Amino acid sequence: MTKVFIGAAAGFAGDRSDAGVPVVDALATLSGPRFLMFETLAERTLALCQLERRQNSQHGYSPALERMLPPVLARCLSSGIRIVGNFGAANPPAAAHRIAEMARSLGLPAPRIAIVEGDDIATKLSAPDLAAREIGGTSLAHKREIISANVYLGAQPIARALDQDADIVVTGRVADSALALGPLLHVFRWRADDWDRLAAGTLAGHLLECGAQVTGGYFADPGYKDVPDLAEVGYPIAEVDAAGEIVITKPAGTGGVVDRLTVVEQLLYEIHDPSAYLAPDVILDLTDVEVAEIGKDRVRVRDARGRPAPETLKATVCFDSGLLGEAEISYAGPNAPARAQLAVDVVRERLRRRVPRLEVRIDAIGVASVLGAGQNPADLHAAQTNDVRLRFAAQSTDAAEIEMLLDEVEALYCAGPAGGAGVRRRMTPRLASASCLIERIYAQPRVTMLGAAA
Amino acid sequence: MMRTVRLQDIANARTGDKGNRLNLALVCRNPADYAAVAAQVTAERVAQAFAARKPSRVVRYDLPKLAAFNFVLDDVLEGGVNASTGLDGHGKSLSFMVLDMTVMVGVDARAASPTACKTKV
Repeated sequence: MTKVFIGAAAGFAGDRSDAGVPVVDALATLSGPRFLMFETLAERTLALCQLERRQNSQHGYSPALERMLPPVLARCLSSGIRIVGNFGAANPPAAAHRIAEMARSLGLPAPRIAIVEGDDIATKLSAPDLAAREIGGTSLAHKREIISANVYLGAQPIARALDQDADIVVTGRVADSALALGPLLHVFRWRADDWDRLAAGTLAGHLLECGAQVTGGYFADPGYKDVPDLAEVGYPIAEVDAAGEIVITKPAGTGGVVDRLTVVEQLLYEIHDPSAYLAPDVILDLTDVEVAEIGKDRVRVRDARGRPAPETLKATVCFDSGLLGEAEISYAGPNAPARAQLAVDVVRERLRRRVPRLEVRIDAIGVASVLGAGQNPADLHAAQTNDVRLRFAAQSTDAAEIEMLLDEVEALYCAGPAGGAGVRRRMTPRLASASCLIERIYAQPRVTMLGAAA
Repeated sequence: MMRTVRLQDIANARTGDKGNRLNLALVCRNPADYAAVAAQVTAERVAQAFAARKPSRVVRYDLPKLAAFNFVLDDVLEGGVNASTGLDGHGKSLSFMVLDMTVMVGVDARAASPTACKTKV
């Protein structure tokens, strides 16, 4: 029985450049249809790429492409491992050109590169049109300008690209899971209404889409959940058969672990109602899924159920949301908490008189920060530590207000309590995103081969 | 015989975010503990653990075949990555807030599966 092997070389844009190497080495020893997928587009990554494209029409693809593809490109092409990645971001044609150039400079034969487009709906729907379709909030109401609006395309265009013998498929925004479902549709020819198979392929993609999160990455808790050789954690490979049965494994000799627990943690990652995970091609029901350890670092996953695909497609719309300012300072040694508390009081008092409407968040790192309630730390005098790092943060559309906060924290150096140390400050532009449901007529996926007459 | 344990001793958790909504998957390391966890780690109790973040709604989905639960907590991320000025707008660290809860489990379940407290390596 034919098995399809899909390796995952990236779970996000900041993932390791060399993660794909052991995966490709393992795939190269196997026979049958083999694919390597790259997921590199977080919700707002695409907006950043869109801004780049506006500056330069040859830019706007994911910069991850530049560091993730060179380590594996030659071996993939020579071993017949086909690559599917959403590193096209806001400019899939430019990414395709860049990959062709990369292949040339590595002295490789020219690969067949397919480009999947049609996710960008910013030219089809205006800001008010999008606002009318927003779900779960009203952040788009009255927005005059947006940066990017992209629907999550499904797996069909990826399958079509592979049908046309593409060695590499470059997409913009597609459902992350479609990066695996596309190859499976191409090989197995599952019908577009074979919901249980589409659900299985979507589940395979969901398990792979975060890279090492299914093989022991983002899992270890020493003494409770130990993971061998985490430093060299192996990225996952899914073996999928025509019936939709999945085995998750990883390259031999790599670190990490694949067991029931690593798989179930990832299975439920970012899921809301487990009986209705909405994807462009199918609604996935995880309720009856069975996860079983069948060997060392081999876990079988089956019995995903599918229901007809949603009528609408989800889109992510990104817009400018002002500036974030952050400044930090440390107090250490005897009485450090009291000095930190005094610093907090000084900054609060100064800002209360000068920018009263600026809402400042204050964290005491090591005492109360990430797990806090999002309020300012309680009285620090009681803190049992001799090392406190304060963090002040605020957002505004007015840079002058942010500068005021950052300046006040920096001024603690000379005018605050004794021993204030290590000020770091920064102001960064902020992007926000909203979700919309879009009628399918606005998303018409196109597949073109690089170099073919347009 | 029952004994009190922290959830961290018997279960795994991982959080994910969408906007201002957090999902928290809780997985029993030993499926024998599923019923005890189901009875004690209710949506109400998780809401209490997150009370300082004022969840507007907490729903628990049960996955007995996976010996797991999926909690969905609305409006607990201070606006999420879009709006939070905090360090963890994704809520990635928040799984450990639930793992700090205590539950009563049967000692027998522990004895039947002595390796259950550690992932096999």
